[in-house]
This record gives sequence, C-alpha cells and structure tokens, in this order.
Amino acid sequence: MSTVQDIEFKDPAARAVEKVEELQDIQGEKMVLNMGPSHPATHGVLRIVLELDGEIITKAVPDIGYLHRGDEKIAENMTYNQFIPYTDRLDYLAPLANNVAYALAVEKLMGIDRALPPRCQYIRVMCCELARISAHLLGLGSFAMDVGALTVFLYTFTQRETIYNLIEALTGARFTTSYTRVGGVARDLPPGWVGQCRKFLEEVVVNIDESEQLLTRNKIFVDRTRDIGHVSRETAIDYGLTGPNLRGSGVDFDLRKAHPYLVYDQLKFEVPIGSVGDCYDRYMVRIEEMRQSVVILRQCLDQIPGGADNASKEPVDIANGKIFLPTKKKVLTSMEELIHQFILVTEGPNAPPGEVYFGAENPKGELGFYIHSKGGGTPHRLKIRAPSFCNLSILPHLLPGHLLSDTVPIFGSLDFVMGECDR
Amino acid sequence: MAAREFAQELKTRFGELISEPVEFRGEITVQLSESNRIAEICDFAKKQLGFDFLVDVSSVDNYGSDPRFTVVYHLYGYGHRCSLRIKTDVGEEASELPTVTGVWKTADWHEREVYDMMGIRFRGHPDLRRILMWEGYPYFPLRKDFPLAGKPSEVPEVAFSGIAPLEGGPFVTLPSSGSSTAREPRVRTPDTKIKEAFVERNKEGK
Repeated sequence: MSTVQDIEFKDPAARAVEKVEELQDIQGEKMVLNMGPSHPATHGVLRIVLELDGEIITKAVPDIGYLHRGDEKIAENMTYNQFIPYTDRLDYLAPLANNVAYALAVEKLMGIDRALPPRCQYIRVMCCELARISAHLLGLGSFAMDVGALTVFLYTFTQRETIYNLIEALTGARFTTSYTRVGGVARDLPPGWVGQCRKFLEEVVVNIDESEQLLTRNKIFVDRTRDIGHVSRETAIDYGLTGPNLRGSGVDFDLRKAHPYLVYDQLKFEVPIGSVGDCYDRYMVRIEEMRQSVVILRQCLDQIPGGADNASKEPVDIANGKIFLPTKKKVLTSMEELIHQFILVTEGPNAPPGEVYFGAENPKGELGFYIHSKGGGTPHRLKIRAPSFCNLSILPHLLPGHLLSDTVPIFGSLDFVMGECDR
Repeated sequence: MAAREFAQELKTRFGELISEPVEFRGEITVQLSESNRIAEICDFAKKQLGFDFLVDVSSVDNYGSDPRFTVVYHLYGYGHRCSLRIKTDVGEEASELPTVTGVWKTADWHEREVYDMMGIRFRGHPDLRRILMWEGYPYFPLRKDFPLAGKPSEVPEVAFSGIAPLEGGPFVTLPSSGSSTAREPRVRTPDTKIKEAFVERNKEGK
C-alpha cells in the first residue's frame, strides 16, 4: 500500500513574501561601521564612524585630529620667518599658496602689504596659481580614481611632475618650498624659467581637456556624482564652506575678486560657479578654475615687470633691512646691515602690537591667519583658519541619507587635506 | 555701507555693551563687555546686519592678566562684503559663554576647537567634545602655562605620551640672563619661569 503525500513548492516570490511577513515584527538593527583613519578614499587620516541602516547612512560622526602637530603652539615660540616652513605642511598639496598667504598676513600686520615691489607681487600670484593647478590636478586625479577612472589619475600626475620641476627650479625644493619671506620672496625667477612655464601652460591646457573628455560625459562618472552630495546655497554659507565647494553651490564669491590682494585686481579672469551644488558641480568648478589659472599665469608671464630675465633689475623684496634680510655681501661689508641681519635672525622682524586677519583664496578655500601681536618678533597668538576644517564640518549633515558607496565621490568632491584640517 | 557703520548700528542697538569700534589695518573690531550676551549680539548681527558667514572663532590667552581669555569672532557678510571682528573677555573661573551654534552651524567645530585647545566651555553647545586631541586628554595645550614640550599624560593606549625630546629646535628664547639652554622655551616649566617671562613681555607690549 502506498501513501500519497502532497508536497507544496512555493515560487521564489512567494517565499520572499513569507519571509518578509515573518521578519516584520523583528526590530531591525543598525550597523556601526568604522571608516578610516587609513582608508584609500579618505585621502589622509580622516576617521568616520558611520551608522548604517542596510546600505544607507543614518548618522556620520567624523573624528579628526590624527595629524595634529600643534602648529599654532609652535608659532607662538618662534619668529615670523621661522614659521614659514611650517606653513608648507598645512595644505601640503599647495605649499606655495600657503607660503604666500602667511607672508601676506604678517605683512598686513606690519603695514607693508601694499608696499611690496610689483615684480614680487607678480611672482607671488604665479606661485598661487601654479599651486592651484597642482592641487586641483591631484584632487581631480584622485577623485576620478576613487570612482573607478584610473586613467585620469595617470594623466594628471604626469602634469604635476612638470609643475614640481618648475617649483624645484624656482624654490630649490619640490615639496617643501618655503619660498616667501616677510617682505618679499627668497629669490628671483631663475634664468629660462619663464620659457619653461609657457611650455608647461601649453601642455597643461591639452591635458585638462583630455582629462575632462574622460570624465565630463562619462556615464559611470556622471551617474556616481550627479545629484549626490547636494549642498544648497544657504547650507554652504551656514556651514562656512569656502572655495570651490562654496562656488559649486552657486555662491559667486572669490576672495581674489571680492577683496583683491597682490595684483589680482589688474588681471582678467572669471570665477566659475555651479548651479546645483552636487559633486558633479564641484568637479566642473575645479576644471574651469584650472583653465582660469592658466589664463592668469599667461597674463603674469606677459606683464611681469622686468621681463623674463629681469634686465632692469627690478627688486623682489622691500629694501628695508629691518624687515627683510640684507644680501650676504652687504652683511659682510657694512656695519648697519650686519646689525640688521643679527637682529632679524635672533629676534625676528619687529611687528607692531595689534591684531589682523588675512584670508587668501587657496585651492581648498579661504586660508586665513589671525595674528594677535603684542609687539616684537613672535606672535602672541596665531590662529589658522583652515578651509578643509570648515569644509569637513558639513559631513554630519551631508552624509546621512546617502548610500555608503556615495561617501567616496562626496569625499573626492569636497577635496580636503588632513594636514591643513588638523594643523 | 562700511564695516564701521555696522559697528555703530550694533552700538546703537546694544548701547554700553559694545565698545567704540577700533580700526587697525582697515579692520574694525568691537569689544563686547558682557560675554553672556554674545549669542544675542551675533543673532542680531546675522539677521539684521546681514553677517551671514562666520569666518572663524578663535581665542587668546592673556596669561597673567584678568580676565584671562578673549574669544574672537570673525564675521563676514556675503551681501555687503564687509567684515567685522567681535571680541569678548571670559574670566578663568567661569571659562564659559553661550554658544553661537544656533546662529551659524559652522560654529560647532570652531567652538569645539576652542574648548579643546583653551578649555573655554560653550553653554548650550550640542556636542562639546575634544576635536583635535584625543578623548580623555587632561590638558588644554594652547594655554600659555602649558609648556611647549608637552606634559606626560597617563592615558592608556596612546603610544607617545611623554615629553617631546629636546633637539635644539629653532625656537626663540626669551631675553634674560640665564644660559641659552635654560631659556629654551621647552625646558621652562609653567610654575617657575614662564609666568614671569610672559607678564614681563606683556608689560613691554603695552
């Protein structure tokens, strides 16, 4: 005798429905995920504690300070010029721009920022713009690499190599430039530098176009960046975003235009702004800023007083022995210069008591120095307003609601440097 | 409208609380005498005077004088493109003033940094934790009585918590008659020489 047993086979859809009903009463548990401090997409040592519901971020708590070196404390214990090498290590992707910003802040305190010789001002503008191109190329390359377009990274790094060669010829160092001094720059342009720079500008324009062609209409890149990390105009201002991140959100503000320093008021350039404020807009703003930097550099090379080889012997520092180191020859032959040199090296340039804030438009945003002086050669308090620090403070507001994989384009488009954030 | 006029408007609205505006190198500074009302002043500056961007919050340690700390706010308006600096003194005993996170969101991290570095607390701050130093670090390193070399801290699981070695760094020495090693800033201990040295230097400044 055989028994017949009915076996019920459910199709996958029915099984899923059953499971959902089964699990309905169970409380879903959120997962806490630790990202960083050493994670390839965090570009340094940023740690973020993420709370995830499935793949969606519900809470983000950034943890910074892994690169804190106490620069502000150190600054209080050394003369103004001695601090210049420390500024290299703030935004270490654009050390020249930091050097210039710091020197200008001290010069503002001493009241000589408008008295700098024109050749010095032009050289400083070129430094800033070279640094901007270099920093944006790196930002762009690593951004593209993080979202999967490795080729762009190789393209932009080839160009950065040329920039480093130019910087090496100018300052003697590729990375830690320490090029400016209070009241001038360390040395004039070397012979042949202007020609090399022109050649570089011709190449970099092609390079930027090529990199852009790989990304701007790239389906994968657009899908991963468009409408991701949207920052409205009001939010950007409220969270103190500056630089390309602020302009990406549609705020037409650039310190080079709004409060021109150096010779920016004599140069023609445009300020690109975004319309939506997503990752894609911030990327586009950076691409266009590089092109504008090229425009500025070309004008500087044409207009620089004294020309390429400085035939008319234009000065590159203010000729004041109490602020800027006299030449070695004079120190060895003249009593007065010897005294100046001695005082400057041991006590530093004598700044008046008072307080100033100077903000410069750096590649990452507004780099500001607040100097509180009680007189003498060292600051009583030096506060560094780091753009990356403020730009990162938006993360707890920006990340929730995005997918975990969206953190990568968001980090890439905010383009921060931890050396500057942690100081 | 220039920054000086905004400062005057603040003064008309708040009267004695706001000092006469001081100009130095083209920057306008006003001093607020009652630090407990900073949030109210900032709210007015943002909503009525259009200072929609808080550039920076920093603090100064006036070691040896009273009140000890000064908190400095840098304000900027994108509409009128003027900047204004508001300063207010905070005594060492209280070391506390209201937060301005309700006015500008960006004040959150700036205030945490001031707390971390100087030990000034912000009343009503949503999450006043250390930001650059690690959780549980016992000192406030930017205070003037904190030595440059650092202090040993007995925090477990931190690899380097001893004093930084003296390597003959480029730091300037304060003028005195002792040997240069004794005047090197990192060997001075807070309780002995540093206080006199800074009081002396402050006098010279004035």
